[in-house]
Amino acid sequence: MSAMFEAVDVTKTFGGLTALQRVTFALDGGIASIIGPNGAGKTTLFNVFTGLYRPDTGAVTFRGRPLVGLRPDEITALGVCRTFQNIRLFANMTAAENILVGMHSRIRLGLRDVLTRGPRFVDAEGALWQRAGVLLERVGLRGKGNEIARNLAYGEQRRLELARALASEPALLLLDEPTAGMTQAEAGTLMALLRRLVGELGLAIILIEHNMRVVMEVSDRVTVLDHGEKIAEGPPREVQADPRVIEAYLGRRAATGRAVP
Amino acid sequence: MIAATAAVAFVALSSAAVALFPRSILVFLLFQGSLLYAYVARIPGWLRATLLGAAVLVLMPVIGTYNGYYLEVATQVGIFVALALGLNIVVGLAGLLDLGYVAFFAVGAYSWAIFGSPHANVLFGGTGFPLPSWWFYPFLLIGLTVAAGTGVVLGLPVLRLRGDYLAIVTLGFGEVIRVLANNLDKPINVTNGPRGITPISRPPLPLEVSYAVGFYFLALLIVVVVILVNRRLEDSHIGRAWEAIREDQLAAQAMGVPLVRAKLLAFASGASFAGVMGVVFSAKQVFINPESFTFLESIGVLAMVILGGMGSIPGAIVGATVVTVLNLQVLKGLSLWLNELKNAGVTIFGYNLANLPTQLEPAKYERMIFGLILVLMMIFRPQGIFPARRRQRELGEQ
Repeated sequence: MSAMFEAVDVTKTFGGLTALQRVTFALDGGIASIIGPNGAGKTTLFNVFTGLYRPDTGAVTFRGRPLVGLRPDEITALGVCRTFQNIRLFANMTAAENILVGMHSRIRLGLRDVLTRGPRFVDAEGALWQRAGVLLERVGLRGKGNEIARNLAYGEQRRLELARALASEPALLLLDEPTAGMTQAEAGTLMALLRRLVGELGLAIILIEHNMRVVMEVSDRVTVLDHGEKIAEGPPREVQADPRVIEAYLGRRAATGRAVP
Repeated sequence: MIAATAAVAFVALSSAAVALFPRSILVFLLFQGSLLYAYVARIPGWLRATLLGAAVLVLMPVIGTYNGYYLEVATQVGIFVALALGLNIVVGLAGLLDLGYVAFFAVGAYSWAIFGSPHANVLFGGTGFPLPSWWFYPFLLIGLTVAAGTGVVLGLPVLRLRGDYLAIVTLGFGEVIRVLANNLDKPINVTNGPRGITPISRPPLPLEVSYAVGFYFLALLIVVVVILVNRRLEDSHIGRAWEAIREDQLAAQAMGVPLVRAKLLAFASGASFAGVMGVVFSAKQVFINPESFTFLESIGVLAMVILGGMGSIPGAIVGATVVTVLNLQVLKGLSLWLNELKNAGVTIFGYNLANLPTQLEPAKYERMIFGLILVLMMIFRPQGIFPARRRQRELGEQ
């Protein structure tokens, strides 16, 4: 029985640079974190998972379906959605409209419904806006629906991006540094929300994160990348103690137990 | 209450004034201004609809009986409003800069011009053409379809392009269509080259109305349909997908928007509006040749969209009206007036205008003043006359 989400031997090179070297990754549920120093290949891995990059070799499957070769929108329609490291909202649209775009792959209306604007369209459109309100409330942006995304505060934009991803009804959510730029308290609130999502909706989440306190608290499992290779994987405590991980982050001498100057 | 009275009085008085002074361009501008005022004034929706409806349905045709040229201006405004609304989908909503938009207008125009004139006999042999004039009406749909198809044909190869690159390719595409029209008189004579095609049949009109009135109402009807379609597209998942592509193409795709389909739909629907109006244009003009579809026409329509406010339906309408009226009336009137001063030998600051060198002829100011207006608008109101406003909606918040 294969896992819900599985990546096997994924390799990706850019010219002479190997960004990912035979990375294998599997997830059945819960929250898995991917950590690693800058340039380790974490975001590249996300881009491969969501169809923005095509890997040189290797396979990615979701619920048994191969994802390599599919377009990003097809992968989203299958139930894998993501957020971006450098917030990529639709800046000049309202918060609610951003969320409605996220629902695009779930909308079953055709050009004819749009042009005739019959009861089918009106009902469906009304339901979409209702759901947008519910999603806004879920991420703590109640009452902000009609604000232009660009005018929201930084933390609010991060949460709106999460709501937009949730709007596509994903089974697997990929979050690229969701707490970047947040205070410890804000990060804590967000992680509590993620935990709730996993509990209530049965969502699986892959998290790229730099905030170690967040990673250790929230993750069921941690994967460490360095120079495009997976160097460790396991429960947070174990990974934290792994000498190769300490070496990657702090250098060789720290890993061998000698004092760091 | 005051605003309502003012709006009614403004519209009524200015239209009466046009009847009194049918030759005065200023008075006709006043009438147009009154419509703009009725649109922006704080008056009840029903009153606004009544005023604008009465103006375009009753007052304008009546004005046409006093000065037929004004009806021609209004018809041309209608044609350009539809073009601007079509381009607004491509450029304003989907953010795909199209510099060859008039090509679709040409495709629609030539589709009726060829079959609605004896020219098709040259092409197919026999004497079966022109088609009976009632074929004009089915050809509105045929022109639409052919133009939409051309939109898809243009869209397919440029899907990967964005911004400047896309602009250059569409510019080239527009030129290709014009050059084709110019040169496809041999080996097979499809377009009759630079000599153009004439006479193009005009449609049979009900109630024995004149062609001027008939084309005015036809253009008006199409504009109304185009506005309706535009609004429905904009206010749906399709329109939101277009705007998402404009804002961030990569994020839009990652959120589930199929880029290829959405972009092709934008190109096709924008092109279809131009195609329909092309059919109307060719019948109205009776004669068309490639000169009507130059690069400058594409730029003119783009200027309408930008001047009015990108992505805004009222903006595209007002932009198209302002630019068309400027070109057909204000600037022409201005240069005529300057010319009169010159011929009369009026002296300004001790300088006799009759001595003006020919390089400085007033007619040459037209383009310059138009350019100046564009530059000033972009400096002082870059968002356009009626910038796009976000829809505010009630959300399902408990």
